[in-house]
Order: sequence, then structure tokens, then C-alpha cells
Amino acid sequence: MSVIETDKLSKRFGSFTAVDRISFRVEKGEIFGFLGANGAGKTTAMRMLCGLSVPTSGQARVAGYDVYREQEQIKKHIGYMSQRFSLYGDLTVGENIRLFGGIYGLPKKQLAGRTDELLRTLGMENERNTFVSDLPLGWKQKLAFSVAIIHEPEIVFLDEPTGGVDPVTRRRFWELIYRASERGITAFVTTHYMDEAEYCNRVSIMVDGRIEALDKPAALKDTFQAGNMNEVFRALARKAVRNE
Amino acid sequence: MKQFVSFIRKEFYHIFRDMRTTLMLLLMPVILIILFGFAISTEIRRSPIAVWDQRHDDSSGKLINQLQASEYFELYQMINSREEAGELFRRGKIRLALIIPPAQADARVQILADATDPNEANLLIRYAGAVMTSSLPGPSLREEVSGEVLLLYNPQMKGAYNFVPGVMGLILMLICAMMTSVGIVKEKELGTMEVLLVSPLRPVYIILAKAAPYLLISMVNIATILLLSRFLLDVPIRGSLVVLVSLSVLYALVALCLGLLISTLADTQQAAMLISGVVLMLPTVLLSGMVFPVENMPWILRRLSDIVPAKWYIIGVKDVMIKGLEAGAILRETGILALMAIVLTGLSVKRFKIRL
Repeated sequence: MSVIETDKLSKRFGSFTAVDRISFRVEKGEIFGFLGANGAGKTTAMRMLCGLSVPTSGQARVAGYDVYREQEQIKKHIGYMSQRFSLYGDLTVGENIRLFGGIYGLPKKQLAGRTDELLRTLGMENERNTFVSDLPLGWKQKLAFSVAIIHEPEIVFLDEPTGGVDPVTRRRFWELIYRASERGITAFVTTHYMDEAEYCNRVSIMVDGRIEALDKPAALKDTFQAGNMNEVFRALARKAVRNE
Repeated sequence: MKQFVSFIRKEFYHIFRDMRTTLMLLLMPVILIILFGFAISTEIRRSPIAVWDQRHDDSSGKLINQLQASEYFELYQMINSREEAGELFRRGKIRLALIIPPAQADARVQILADATDPNEANLLIRYAGAVMTSSLPGPSLREEVSGEVLLLYNPQMKGAYNFVPGVMGLILMLICAMMTSVGIVKEKELGTMEVLLVSPLRPVYIILAKAAPYLLISMVNIATILLLSRFLLDVPIRGSLVVLVSLSVLYALVALCLGLLISTLADTQQAAMLISGVVLMLPTVLLSGMVFPVENMPWILRRLSDIVPAKWYIIGVKDVMIKGLEAGAILRETGILALMAIVLTGLSVKRFKIRL
């Protein structure tokens, strides 16, 4: 079952085509890597899928809802974590969880149960009353991810979620994504780090607004006869005409 | 609704965790009122003067006594030449000098004033004139010279009657517009706005939740100002309190809309602060009639002052508070403010949507 389907989805700003007729499907529970150089159109595409921006042409359905007419429904069924840190530093861990639980309309009892479970999973039971600004960056990111899926969305959009941390911390973060994926939550991830690209089930690479390649990492490496994802990415990114 | 409550709760956490800012917001009206009420006084007291008496008779002696007896002046020293007066002015020792001509000269008393501060000089000259008039011999002559003056609404000519409404206009604008715009821009800067916009929370709720705490704080401020001015400065509240508060809420809404509009223009908190400061605070202080009377300004500034919300608010507050007029008397001011609120809401909601 596809949770994201797009068909020739495009976005133009005046004469500039930011996203140029992209078509792809993402299956339930899949971890889908959405790669591209800066300015390739990743963010614009993601904003359309999140219901933040209306496409110029083409079709897309997210969690079964139409991106033109059912943006409010889409928002209820997705989670989102951005590259910039997305929790409130002057609120405690517990208050942040409660806030986002409240925004997504979780009933009080359910929220209390999920909060306990979440803190236990992260090993942060003792940090419930700690201000988020006092946590290390790696912890903040794990917490932000867990909060982004507190309402058990069908899809979670992760916009460069692990910026600024080392590969070991990134690896630990990805364990959370795998766990969510096992529960059936689809992850749609943009990233700059090629080691992360290897963790994805499938990867698409955007160049100049178009999807130039889409396959499993291993298959992409075969096709481009590359030793790792970094070489695949460079081989494609070299074709780019526009920059920024 | 539950979403909205969660979100409002968060706003209050932000405000009360930032104690420094909150204290500043709550104390600002107190400081302004005390400053305007006591420190910055436009009334004149015990100004040093010098007198060159060339007449040396009863009438000149009486005049000097009268000047000294009034609480406006204090005789710094008697002088014997014009040069001496000039020297004292240069050294800043005196504000006013009186030159009384010899009796046989048939000349008039000359008043010299230090006009570097023209307002003060004007006041001093007027006071000196009044003292001289009252020292003229015979009641009949005095009555011929001076007309009868009846000061309406503010018989003691207290400055507080003018600046209390002004401070109310300033504080409401400052807190509602500046703090709201900074609050919203802060979320943009931190990246949390994105997360909120992707959530099912409707943008209008985000805006309302951002504005609500500041609206509350500004109402606390209005209460503080009214209490202070009533019991500390003896400024009466002659009209209806309900009308006064309603007018304040309407004006606060205009200020909130301005803050919202600024938040769609600015990308950083500093920019929001700067825009609020220059675009809102300056006209509120300079063009609202709070400090400088608008009637004496050039045509272009007068028209400009018409779009300053504070001007209409201050006129309304004075009408209700000082003159004790009914709600019907401020229909024009209320209408203008309501119109501003509607136009600004439309404009900023439209811009806010485009920004999505």
C-alpha cells in the first residue's frame, strides 16, 4: 500500500521551476531517502507533501489525502521534524511532550501513557523536568523525533534531522527510525550525509528539480558502478546546471 | 479548543520563565508614570533671576518683593549693568533678568530670558508678566489689564491630565505590538514556526495564542496606570470606566494587528524590534499629541498624525477620563480605530497566509 503517491508533481515560482514533474511512490513502513544538492528542490517538494505549499500542477496523495484539497487532513496524519531544532528550550522535556500531544489532540490518559513509554525508550526518565536547552544535541534530536511521532502518524517527514552530530550519534538516531518503521510508520528523510543514505530502504536523488535516480542503495551503486552512495551522488550532482 | 489551551499554556510558560522581560513589562508603566509625574515636570519652580533696579523707589521695591515671594522665582542677585546679566546668563546662573528703568526715563521694564529652551522661556516670561501685573497699583487698573480666565476640566493646569492618557497609548502600543511581533518572529527564527504550521493547529489559533498573554498583560498595565494616576497623581476618572476599558481593548487590538503585520515583514527578532521602534514608537510619541501639540504642526505632519492610532486613542481617553464625556462623544475616535483594526487584520492575515 502506498502512503505517498505523486504524479508529475510540479511547482513553479514565476519562470523558475523548483520542482519539475516528479513521480514516485512510497510504501507503508518504508524508509525513503530524499536526496539532492542544495537548491535541487527537495525542500519545495517536501513542503508540498506536508500541505504547506500548493503545487502548480500534477497530482499527489499523502496518507490517502489530496494535497490540493485535503491539507488539513494531511496535517493530522503526518509528523514533522526539521533541520533546525524544533522543541522549545525554555520548556521542560515533559512540557514539550505535553504541548505537542495537546496540539495533536491526544486524550490526557493516552498522552500520559505515551509520555512514560517515550521517556523509558529514550532512557530519559530522570530528565522529565530538565529544560530542553540543557540537553546535549544528540538527545534533543532523539526527543524531537519521538515527539514528532507521538500521535502515531502514518508518515514522518524528517528534514535533515541529524545536522551537526557525529556518525555514532547519527547511528543511534537511526535506530529510532528503524523502530518506528517496524511499527508501520513511514519515514521520509532528506539528508546531506551519505552514510545515512545507506540506511534507507530506497533513495531518490533530485537534480535541478527532477528525480534523476530512484532505487535501493545497493542497486544504485550497481547502476553507477560506484563503491558507495557518495560516488553515486557526485556522479549525478555533476549534471546539475543550476546551483543554489 | 484543547489544542488552543495547550498552546496558550506554552505561551505563558515562555513569558513567566523570562522573568526579566515580564518584570520589565509590568514595571514599565509604574516607572513611566513616576518619571512623568515627578521627575519630568513642565511646571516652573524657583527659577533663579537677576534684577537691575535703576528706579530705587517704593514701586520697584514692591515688584522685587513680589517676585521673590512667588514660588516661581528666586532672586539670585541684584546687578548693576546689562553686562553683568549677560555674564550670569553665560554661566547659566540665571534663567531670567529684569531691568527696571529709572523713574524719569518713562521706559518700560525689560525682561531678558534664556531662550535656549523656548518653552521654558515662554513660561517664565508669562509668569513674570503675571507677577508684574498683580503688583500694579490699584485694583481698578489691574482689572482693566487682566481678563478673567476660567480653566475648564483641568483648573490647576496639571501636566498629568495630559500625559496619563499619553502613557496609556504608549504602553499599550509597546506591549501589544512590539512584544507580539517579537514573539512570533522568535518562533520563525528558532524554526519552531515550521513545526507549528505543519501541525493541525490552525494559523489563526497560533496568532490568537501569541497575542492573548500580551493583551492580558497590557490590561494589567492599564489598571496599574489608572490606579497610580488616580491615587498618586490625583487625576480623576470622570467618565465611565467601562467605556474607558472598552476603548483600550479596541486600541490594543489595533496594536496587536500592527505587531502581527510587522512579524510578517521581519525575519529576525532584532528587525522586529527595530521596525516596531521606528515605525510605531516614534510616531506614537511624536505625532500623537502626547508630547507636542499636533495642531501646530505643518500640514503634512498633521495628515500623517491622522494615521497614528495613538492620536485617536488619546483623544478618546481624554474625552472620557478628563472631560467625563459619554460613549456617544467618542464615536468618531472609536470608528476610526475600528476601521484601522479591520483593515490591519485583513492585511496581516493575507500576508501571513502568503508566508506559509
